[in-house]
Order: sequence, then C-alpha cells, then structure tokens
Amino acid sequence: MTQWHLFLAFFRVGMLGYGGGPASIPLVHKEVVDKYQWMDDNEFGDLLALANTLPGPIATKMAGYIGYRVSGWFGLVNAVLATIIPTIFLMIILLTSLSTIQDAGWVQGMTSAVMPVVAVMLAVLTWQFFHKAKQGMGWAQTLAMSVVIFLLLTYLNLHPGIIIGLLLLATVGRKEHPHSRKEEKKEEEG
Amino acid sequence: MIYWQIFLAFFIPGILGYGGGPASIPLVENEVVKRYDWMTIQEFSEVLALGNALPGPIATKMAGYIGYEQGGVPGAFIGVFGAVAPSLIVMIFLLGLLYKYKDSPKVQRMTLYVRPAIAILLGLMAWQFFAEAQMQIGWLQLILITGSSFLLIERMKVHPAFVILLSLVYGAVFLG
Repeated sequence: MTQWHLFLAFFRVGMLGYGGGPASIPLVHKEVVDKYQWMDDNEFGDLLALANTLPGPIATKMAGYIGYRVSGWFGLVNAVLATIIPTIFLMIILLTSLSTIQDAGWVQGMTSAVMPVVAVMLAVLTWQFFHKAKQGMGWAQTLAMSVVIFLLLTYLNLHPGIIIGLLLLATVGRKEHPHSRKEEKKEEEG
Repeated sequence: MIYWQIFLAFFIPGILGYGGGPASIPLVENEVVKRYDWMTIQEFSEVLALGNALPGPIATKMAGYIGYEQGGVPGAFIGVFGAVAPSLIVMIFLLGLLYKYKDSPKVQRMTLYVRPAIAILLGLMAWQFFAEAQMQIGWLQLILITGSSFLLIERMKVHPAFVILLSLVYGAVFLG
C-alpha cells in the first residue's frame, strides 16, 4: 500500500509539474507533508536546502530521498520512476511520431496558463517558510538574513548552493554550548 | 561503448549542473551536440521545446529521450541513471546523517538557519514564473488566473492537481 501511495504521489508530481523540476517543489510538499504526512515541514526544509546545494536535477533528488525514507531502496526506485517515466514515455512517443505538437497554439496556451498557478503555489510555500523562520528566530533576524541572502543571490549572482553550503557550515562548525538566554541574545546580534 | 558514452553524457551535466535540471540544459547540449555529435543544435532545440511543453523534470526527460534515441530502452535507463543517481546517492547519505542527529541542537539550528534562504529561493522562483507568465499572457490573464488559483488552492482547499488541470484546459481553450 505504501508503495502504491508513493507511486501515486510522485506520478502526480511528475505529470503536473509544468516548468521543470523546480515547479514541482510545491507539489511534492503538498503530497508528502500535507497529504501523506511522510515528513514534517522541518524535515522538508532540510531536504529542500540540501537538494538545492547538491548538483543535479532537483525533482528526482527529492523523490528519491523521500522514497528511500518511506520504504528503503525499493521506495527510492519506485518514487524516481513514478516521477520521470510517464513523461519520458510521452516524450518518446511524441517525438518519434509527430514533432510539431509544441508549435500548436493550444499547447502553448496550456503551458502559459499553468505558470501563474505554479507561481501561486511557490509564493504560498515561500510565505510558509518565512513564517516558520519567524517562529524560530523572530522577525528581525528573519528579515535581516533574508535581505542579505536576497542581495547575495541577485546582485552578486552568488549561487544558491554556495549560500546554503555556507549557512550549513556556519552552524555545524560552531562550538557546542549550553543554550542560555544570553547565548540566544548573542546569536541574534551575530 | 555507446552505453558508457550515454552514461557520461548525462553524468557530467548532472554533477556540474547546480540549480536543478534547467541549469544543466546547456551542459547537456555541450555533451550531446558538441562532444558526441548525436544531434544538431536544431534537433536539440526541438527536443528541448517539446520537453518544456510536457510536464515533469526537464533534465531526465532529455536524458531519457536522447538515451533512447542512441541506445534504445537500455540507453534511456542508462541516461536517466547517469543524470539522477550520483547526486541522489550523496544526498541520501548526507540526509541520513542529518536525520540521525536530528535532535542535536546543531542540526536544529541548521534547520532553522536555512529557512530564510529557502524562502528567498522559492520567492525568486515564484517571481520568475510570474514574470514569464506576464510576458506570455499579459496582465489581465495573469491577475485572473493568479487570483482564482489562489482562492481555489488556499481558501477553498482544492487539491492543486485539479487547479492545474483546470488551468491547462483554460489555457488550451482561451489562450491557444
């Protein structure tokens, strides 16, 4: 049953993710966190961070890891195949039979109409992550960090993987200390 | 030999392509068109155009199709494997470590500190989709579709699958 759910969840993600892997992130979130509750928001956030930091296609990295977490190596293969096989199949059939379909007006119309929907889902997920960050570290620090990260990404064109990598190193490399109120305060300033 | 080449042609973009599938497309082109001469730039852009018109991750669609062209069904599997497996295995290993220490304060702090970064990244992606859509369908349609999909998904709690299908039908009928 779990395998069937895994298959269904990632089949939907693959078939509905218009706009490449990144467009499927909110769909994965919907299936995995909201519908089947295989992981919570925290773990999903970690997964997304790491998937962004490592190279390679993002949708299959997420599918593979979630499949693995839910039911081992078999789950991994199941989830990855469910994500990619249906559309690869479509692609091979379409390209070997008729190759003009992407020029058809209605296909163009479909792909442009779905974009705002994807954007809305991404925006909602964005809001959820801001909200989570605020709950953990307060508005001031969330805003400050967000502004810095935004500037690094857009004006210095720094790669997101590098930024997340640095954030991870900064927290892991830090010396362990007991969490007193004073330490918290220092962290907020630092 | 062809299988090894197919593997390499998708393994290298997979390992070097930071930023998900779309970022690795120029790297795939470099391997497929320039190095191995499997197709012309013209053919490549046709495959890419169709890949963009279909749902699902783009890098694996390319790997699957080009692998199939060059080496049949085994070729398709090897292409996809080369694109997906290496970084996936590293990720499972790293996340396995994280999960094991998920109660340690360090890992919890890490989870917290990456959140603003994730939010910004998702926000930028949302922005790109909005901007792209605005160019293709104009403000009026953009606002209409954005507003109604927000209402349906967030207020009326309709599953996104239905909203996406609805928008596809709407686009095929009214924006074609």
